Amino acid sequence: MSAAAPAILVRDLRKAYGSFEAVRGIDFEVAAGEVFGLLGPNGAGKTSTVEILEGYRSRDSGIVSVLGHDPEQRSRDLRRRIGIVLQSTGMYRHLTVREALEHWARFYPHPRDVDEVVELAGLGEKQDALTRTLSGGQMRRLDFGLALIGDPELIFLDEPTTGFDPAARRAAWDVVRSLQDLGKTVLLTTHYLDEAQALCDRVAIVKQGRIVAEGPPAELGASSSRYRVTWRSADTDELETRETEDPTALLHQLTSAALARGEALRDLSVTRPSLEDVYLELTAAPEEAPAHV
Amino acid sequence: MSESLTLAWHQFRLERRMFWRNPSAAFFNFLLPLLFLALFGAIFSGNQDDLDVIVPGIAGMSIMATTFNALGMNLTFLREQGVLKRMRGTPLPEGSYLLGVFGNAVANATIQLAIVVVAGKVFFNIDWPKDWLELVVYLAAGVTCLAALGVAWSHVIPNFDAAPAYTNIVFLPVIFISGVFYDVGNAPQFLRDIAQALPLTHIIDGLSGALVSGRGLADNASGLIVVALWAVVGIFFAVRGFRWESRREG
Repeated sequence: MSAAAPAILVRDLRKAYGSFEAVRGIDFEVAAGEVFGLLGPNGAGKTSTVEILEGYRSRDSGIVSVLGHDPEQRSRDLRRRIGIVLQSTGMYRHLTVREALEHWARFYPHPRDVDEVVELAGLGEKQDALTRTLSGGQMRRLDFGLALIGDPELIFLDEPTTGFDPAARRAAWDVVRSLQDLGKTVLLTTHYLDEAQALCDRVAIVKQGRIVAEGPPAELGASSSRYRVTWRSADTDELETRETEDPTALLHQLTSAALARGEALRDLSVTRPSLEDVYLELTAAPEEAPAHV
Repeated sequence: MSESLTLAWHQFRLERRMFWRNPSAAFFNFLLPLLFLALFGAIFSGNQDDLDVIVPGIAGMSIMATTFNALGMNLTFLREQGVLKRMRGTPLPEGSYLLGVFGNAVANATIQLAIVVVAGKVFFNIDWPKDWLELVVYLAAGVTCLAALGVAWSHVIPNFDAAPAYTNIVFLPVIFISGVFYDVGNAPQFLRDIAQALPLTHIIDGLSGALVSGRGLADNASGLIVVALWAVVGIFFAVRGFRWESRREG
């Protein structure tokens, strides 16, 4: 495998459960060392996609390559090189944090040092606590620790911060950033925009089993050609908003009118749509026909 | 191969450690056969014939409780909690995991059998085992057969809330029909016919031969074949239907 080969390659991936098509032709690539996000509402097909890549599910059709392996074969070599944080998963209740990490370390040929992982996961004070006494946030940190103990090249994070309070989320984000600093490849799913924006090098927005937009979070917002111009009308004293592909003419009109009146143009702003605008626009449910006519 | 066995050993050690971490559960687990022995010992006190039936009967029941019941319930619990799914995402070979879990059940069955044998000697005037080889053969055949059936049955149990009911609907009739509490020979014909088809009947027969009657392995060969057939069926369905996660909702 050459250095340029992508860590993950997905081509026309499809998966149906009965008559429900969860994944309807997804394509993407994740480069080594990249943090890639699948962003979308619940039920968009993110988890199905990730669980196919993790080797938990079989696909109906399409090409999937993870570190050069077909995950469906479930080779041990592949499982030694990946770390998985599942969306929600339990743990043996009668083990301490340290015992769990020590046991997991035995599964891997070149595990990281347990102390180091305890530190990295921020579990120093809890290392001798039984897992059943951990809070949700602490349990999530143990999930991270167990996924990292084998020193994997590629880490899957399925909705790593769902249900967290803000402090716990920030702590989890710090862990992801430290993974990035270590040069790990990360594939994460989330339905939080700020999370995708804060962590991901590139994001794919998933809706109803398809990718509807893809790119770096900053460019995704900018990819829209429209600008939004807002100002306070001199006549009505209300905020006016107009969207335009080229704001030059509009701005010229507005400024020259204001100059002619000898007034300031109040509350003027020119903005590009944020990732949030793009996301909401792309994932909005199709408008339903009115029930009564 | 040796690495898989090493990992199975580590998994076994982990299972043992977790078992003892729950001391009250471990205590009651081991208390149960003693309690049954004490109750039936009191009922049958003075009647050595009945005591000769109840001691190997309770020994067989203990083997079933520590393998079939325990694995059916535990695997359902671990599956529903997502622990099995988590394990499946690691490089731990599936076989190593199951071997470790099986070893744990064997250890518990052995401890309970030892408790019953000692109690039989101390309280019920039943001498030390007459045929150690036969005892070991039936312990091995019994745990293999009933553990495999327990794993297979865990696939049938839909969720943990239902696990006790699903376990008892098998366990209770089987221990009655198989003659844990009475001599199967005294039961009506149709129950005797059913009993002959059940593995526990023959496990108890073998334990009775080893502990009480001195009837050897050769005389119980047909019984061992029935146990082996059930074991094959159990292993087939245990492996074939193994589910690492609970079914998708909806």
